[in-house]
Amino acid sequence: MIDIQNLTRIYDGRAAVDDVSLTVEAGQIAALVGTSGSGKTTLLRMINRLVEPSSGRVLIDGQDTRQVAPHLLRRRIGYAIQGHGLFPHRTVGQNIATVPRLLGWDQAAIRDRVDELLTLFQMEPDQFRDRMPHELSGGQQQRVGVARALAAKPDLLLMDEPFGALDPVIRAKAQADLRDIQRRLGTTLILVTHDMEEAVTLGDRIAVMDKGRLAQYAPPTEILTAPATPFVRDLIGLDQRPFHLLSLTPAHVLAREGQAEGPALPRDATLRDALAECLWSGRDALPVEGGGVITLAALRAQAAPQARAAE
Amino acid sequence: MIGRVLLALAAAVLVAFLASPDSFAAVFEPFTRNNAPPIYRQTPLWSLTLSHLTLVALAVVASTVVALVLAVLVTRPAGREFLPLARTITSVGQTFPPVAVLALAVPIMGFGAGPTLVALFLYGLLPVFENTLAGLTTQPPNVTEAARGMGLTPRQRLWQVELPLALPVILGGMRLTAVISLGTATIGSTVAARTLGEVIIAGLLSANTAFVLQGGLVVGIIAVLIHEGFQALERRARARIGQA
Repeated sequence: MIDIQNLTRIYDGRAAVDDVSLTVEAGQIAALVGTSGSGKTTLLRMINRLVEPSSGRVLIDGQDTRQVAPHLLRRRIGYAIQGHGLFPHRTVGQNIATVPRLLGWDQAAIRDRVDELLTLFQMEPDQFRDRMPHELSGGQQQRVGVARALAAKPDLLLMDEPFGALDPVIRAKAQADLRDIQRRLGTTLILVTHDMEEAVTLGDRIAVMDKGRLAQYAPPTEILTAPATPFVRDLIGLDQRPFHLLSLTPAHVLAREGQAEGPALPRDATLRDALAECLWSGRDALPVEGGGVITLAALRAQAAPQARAAE
Repeated sequence: MIGRVLLALAAAVLVAFLASPDSFAAVFEPFTRNNAPPIYRQTPLWSLTLSHLTLVALAVVASTVVALVLAVLVTRPAGREFLPLARTITSVGQTFPPVAVLALAVPIMGFGAGPTLVALFLYGLLPVFENTLAGLTTQPPNVTEAARGMGLTPRQRLWQVELPLALPVILGGMRLTAVISLGTATIGSTVAARTLGEVIIAGLLSANTAFVLQGGLVVGIIAVLIHEGFQALERRARARIGQA
């Protein structure tokens, strides 16, 4: 559990982060969103002490981070950044092995861990272990960056716009994979992004930062249906609100008894995918894999905040 | 490809000439007058070349070590305020003419290789210092950030990330230093250092163009070879870190 208490960072008399308190439960994903200059990255970097707080403190599982030497603290916390930051002079395997080596793991354990992670990220170890970072595609570099962050089995992973440099197709896949891996490993994840869609897709809770302050910290549904401030509402984008909301629910949840024509929707598709499919194929109802149908009317009811409030 | 062939040819000619200068007598004959000897024989040319190269190598190693240490120190947080001082020292070393250094060093150190070594050392500081400085201060920001974020200590970052990434640029500085020193070492012969300058000076004193020519050619060819050698190393170091 990560407990951020009254964290403040002052630069030249101005507060980049202003008295922020929030708690991230173990195994959960917290997404920090905000415009550039909102302090979200500074907040993230204070957690592993890349930036020292001016006041306030961070507790990781109850332990004050100031009680640990910064470099030792950082070896316990995974860190992945935009543009991956891989060491260009080291092979993929050596990059991934960075923190285990710093921690003094023995060679065999390191080799096993590298291969395990490459496999986890769908990269054939024999084929990728000895390649140099510049020989990989952008998507592969990004995966190696995340694999490196996870190498020493950290309980906490910090990510700063990890998918920022990827094109939309690869990004969606990378997000899904990350979510999958995070659930499997039970890692607590704090993620900085400026992309509301990414925050909604990945976050168990979303923290909206505005001019250094925490404007709202709540589950995605609540952020979307009950934005705490006009800034939060603007950040969501009124035109995107219903789609974000629909993307939160998997299709099978809304499936009801009934008959529908045409190809079935995958079971783990979201309601947003269902709506898109309805519009694109001109159907009023779609069958869902594993039984049931989703109707356009049900989707409309789901997307309207009024309907939700009445429930 | 053509460049490689020419280099190999130049190297072959150089080795052949140093191994057996007399076989090339006919080539240098036209540059002599009054039956002067076409080939310098007072000291074997290969021995002069060896001591010339030794002198240059010692000077390059010394200035590289000192310049590297200086550049590393002034890029650490604690040493940052000494940057202007280090800049001044290295640029004065470059501004002060080697001839003047020789003139000043001889009364203190006497004749021989010592004053030349000092002059070359001072002259060679600047390129390595400035290049190392550039290499250490223009690291890719996200690589530095990742290194810090993963818990490398400042010393580990220096050895494992910063210096390896700066290596191509540092080699570039060493190349400049080596080539400059190689040429400058010839004037060491004016204060009795054993270098190829001896051949050139002998030629100038006796108005024997053949001597001047063979001294100059040997130095010139070695300079080109060293230049190319360092460039090959730089290319390899760059390719390793994915720079074109």
